[in-house]
Amino acid sequence: MSSEQDQLKETNTEERFAFKKEESAAVRSDKGLTEEVVRLISEDKDEPEWMLDRRLRALEHWQNMPMPTDWPGQPDLTELDVEEIVPYIRPDVDKREGADSWDDLPEDIQDTFEKLGIPEAERKALSGVGAQYESEVVYQNMQEQWEEKGVVFCNMDEAVREHEDLVKEHFMTSCVPPSDNKFAALHGAVWSGGSFVYVPEDVTVEMPVQAYFRMNSEGMGQFEHTLIIAEKGSEVHYIEGCSAPKYGSHNLHSGGVEVFVGEDAHVQYSTVQNWSKNTFNLNTKRAIVEKGGRMEWVSGSMGSKATMLYPCTILKGRGASANNITIAFAGEGQNIDTGAKVYHNAPHTKSTIESKSISKDGGRTNYRGLVHISEGAEHSSTSVECDALMFDNESTSDTMPYMEIDESKVDVAHEATVGKIGDEDVFYLQSRGLDDDDAKQMIVSGFIEPITEELPIEYAVELNRLIELEMEGSLG
Amino acid sequence: MATLELKNLHAEVVEADEKILDGVDLQVNSGEIHALMGPNGSGKSTTAKVIAGHPAYEVTEGEVILTLDDEEYGEEIPEDKLSWNLLDLEPNERAALGVFLGFQYPAEIEGVTMVNFLRQALNAKLDEREELFEDEDEEEAEADEEDAGYDTSPMEGPADEGEVDVAEFQQILSEKMELLDMDEKFAQRYLNAGFSGGEKKQNEVLQAAILEPSIAVLDEIDSGLDIDRLQDVSNGINALRDEQGTGILQITHYQRILDYVEPDHVHVMLDGEIAMSGGAELAEKLEDKGYDWVREEVYEAA
Repeated sequence: MSSEQDQLKETNTEERFAFKKEESAAVRSDKGLTEEVVRLISEDKDEPEWMLDRRLRALEHWQNMPMPTDWPGQPDLTELDVEEIVPYIRPDVDKREGADSWDDLPEDIQDTFEKLGIPEAERKALSGVGAQYESEVVYQNMQEQWEEKGVVFCNMDEAVREHEDLVKEHFMTSCVPPSDNKFAALHGAVWSGGSFVYVPEDVTVEMPVQAYFRMNSEGMGQFEHTLIIAEKGSEVHYIEGCSAPKYGSHNLHSGGVEVFVGEDAHVQYSTVQNWSKNTFNLNTKRAIVEKGGRMEWVSGSMGSKATMLYPCTILKGRGASANNITIAFAGEGQNIDTGAKVYHNAPHTKSTIESKSISKDGGRTNYRGLVHISEGAEHSSTSVECDALMFDNESTSDTMPYMEIDESKVDVAHEATVGKIGDEDVFYLQSRGLDDDDAKQMIVSGFIEPITEELPIEYAVELNRLIELEMEGSLG
Repeated sequence: MATLELKNLHAEVVEADEKILDGVDLQVNSGEIHALMGPNGSGKSTTAKVIAGHPAYEVTEGEVILTLDDEEYGEEIPEDKLSWNLLDLEPNERAALGVFLGFQYPAEIEGVTMVNFLRQALNAKLDEREELFEDEDEEEAEADEEDAGYDTSPMEGPADEGEVDVAEFQQILSEKMELLDMDEKFAQRYLNAGFSGGEKKQNEVLQAAILEPSIAVLDEIDSGLDIDRLQDVSNGINALRDEQGTGILQITHYQRILDYVEPDHVHVMLDGEIAMSGGAELAEKLEDKGYDWVREEVYEAA
C-alpha cells in the first residue's frame, strides 16, 4: 500500500469515528425491535419516505409471521433471542470504537487470520476492521474504470441517495419481498449497508467486482443488502467475502441478495463466508432471470451455529439457465442447512445444482433443495447432484431434494452420494509420505475442487485454508 | 543401499481376529529383485500391507527391520538412526525412510491432480526424512519455530526452504514420464480417477520412480495388464532397480511378468509362511508343476 493510500486511510478513519459518535448516542437509547427503532435507522440514514414505508411494512410482516420451526431436520432456532437483535444493529459507542482496532478483536479471530497466513492489510479487510475503507477503495477503482460505460458499484446506503429510481423499482419488490419469509421481513425492516451493482446493456465487466463486509463494529455487515441489476446482454461477476466472524452476545446475520439478470445477460455471484460458531446465519438470496439469461451461484459456507441458506433462481424467460454450486462444512455443534431453489417458469430452461458437504465431530449438514418445473415449461432440464463426506460416525448428513414437476416433457436427474472418508484412501496417501492430517486434507480439497476452481485464486486459497484449519480443530 | 528384513512375522486381521501371517522370514536388499509367489489367500498381499503399515492388520509377533546405509542420496545419516523397526512407525514415516508399496487396487482421489499430489508427496517425504534423522535438540528448536506461525501468505506460494518448487518438479515429472513412456496429459488428470487398470499400474511405477524408494513392494502389479502394457510396466520396474538401485519385492501369481523382470530370488508362500525359496528357475518349475507340488514337497520333508 502506498503512503498516499495510508494517508487516505487515516483521514477516512477519523471521519468515520466522528460521524459514528454523533449518531450512536441517539440510537443506543432504544431497545427491542419496534417501530421507533426502524424510524431511527431510516432517519439516521436520511432516507426518503418510500424507504421508511418499506421498512415499516417489512416490520409488520416480521411481527405477524411465525418463526420457522417444523421443517424436517431444521436447525434449532430456539436459542436465537430476537429481543437482542436491535442492540446489535446499533451497538454502543465503546464497542464500535473498540472493534476498529486490530488489537481489540477477539483473540481467536486474530488467531484465525494469523493461521490463514493472510497479510495484515488483507486481514483487516477480511475481519471487517478495515472493510469500510477497503470497500470504498474498491468502489472508487470500479467507478474510475467503468463509469464511462455507465457501470455503478457502490455502497447500498449511497445507492438509495444517488440512484433512487433504480433502487426504488428493484429493492425488495418483485425479487425478495419482505413477505417472503420471517427473516426476509426482518432484513427489510433493519437492513443496512451492502452493495449496489448496475451494469448497463451490453457491457461486460471483465474483472470480478469484489466487496468485503465489516462484521465486528457496525451492524451494517449483519444485515447487508446486495442488489445487482444486469441489463440485457451484460455480464458481471460479483464476489463477496464475509470471512468475518462475530463474537459476543449478538449473533444474527440476516443478509438479503437480489439479482436481476436481463435478457441474455450473465451474472455470477460468488461468496466465501466464515462465521463464528455462535452465529445464526439466516439469509435470503434470489435471482430473476429473463430470456436467455444465465445466473450462477457459487458459495462456500463455513462456521456459524446454524445456517439456513438456499439461493433461489426464478427462470422467467425462455432459455434461461441457472447453475448452483454450494459447499458446506459443519463441525461440532453446527448445523449447516443449505441447498438451492430453482423455479422453471418458461420453456427450454435449464438448471444444475451441485452441492457438497463435509461434516465432522458430530456436525450436521443438510442439503435442502427445491426444483419446481411449471406446467408449460416444456423441454426444460434439471440435474441435481449432492455429495456428502463424513469424517466419523457421529456426524450426520441428510439430503432433502424436493422436486415439483408439473410438466411432462422435461428431463430431471438427481444423484446423491454419502460417504465416509475412506480408510483405504487415507492409507494410500499415507503410504506415499503424507501424514494422516495431510492425507485427509488432500481428500477434502479434491472433494471441493469443483467449487474452488470457480473462484479467483485468493478466495480458493482462503477456502482451502479455512477448511484445513477447521479440520485441525484449531478454529475452535 | 538398504535392507528390509521380515523376522518371524505374525499378523492377523484386526476386526476378524483371523490369523493371516504365521511366521514370515524374508530379506530384501536394495538392488535385488525378489519374486513372492503363491496361491490366493496365502498371505502375499497381507505381507505387503503389513510392511507398509496398513491399519487393518495387527502384528502379533515378529519384527520388520529396515537398515539404511550411512549415506544415501548424498545425505549423511546419524549412526543411531540407521536401523528402524518399521512396526513402530506411521505409514508416512515408513515411506519417508524409503519403503514404497505399489498397490494392486490404488485409491482414486477425485479433484487432486497427479502433478499436485506427486509434488506434495515428494516434499512430504523429504520433510519427514529430515525430521526422522534430526537430533532431539534440533527437534525442539524446530517445534518452537513452528509455533511462530506462518510468515508469508499462502497466496504468494514460494516453496519453503528445501522444498521442490513447481518448475523444478515439472522437470522431474516430465523426465520420469518419458522414461515410462507415459503421455504428458497424465500430469493434469486426477489421481487414478477414471484410469484404466493398466494406467493405474503404470502410475504406481511412476510414483516409485519419483519417490525413489530403497525398497519397493509391488503387489500384483502385473494383474489386468495386456502384453504391451506389461512390457512398459516391466521396463519401469527394471529401471527402478538399474537406475535407482531400488530393491524390489515383486508379488505375483504368474510367471508371466518374470519373463520381463528377472528375479534374483523366488519365494513361495503357503498358509502364511515362506514355504520354499530359490532362484529364477523355481518360478519356471512352479509354472510347470503348480503350487501343490510345493505343498507336497514341504509336507514330505516335514
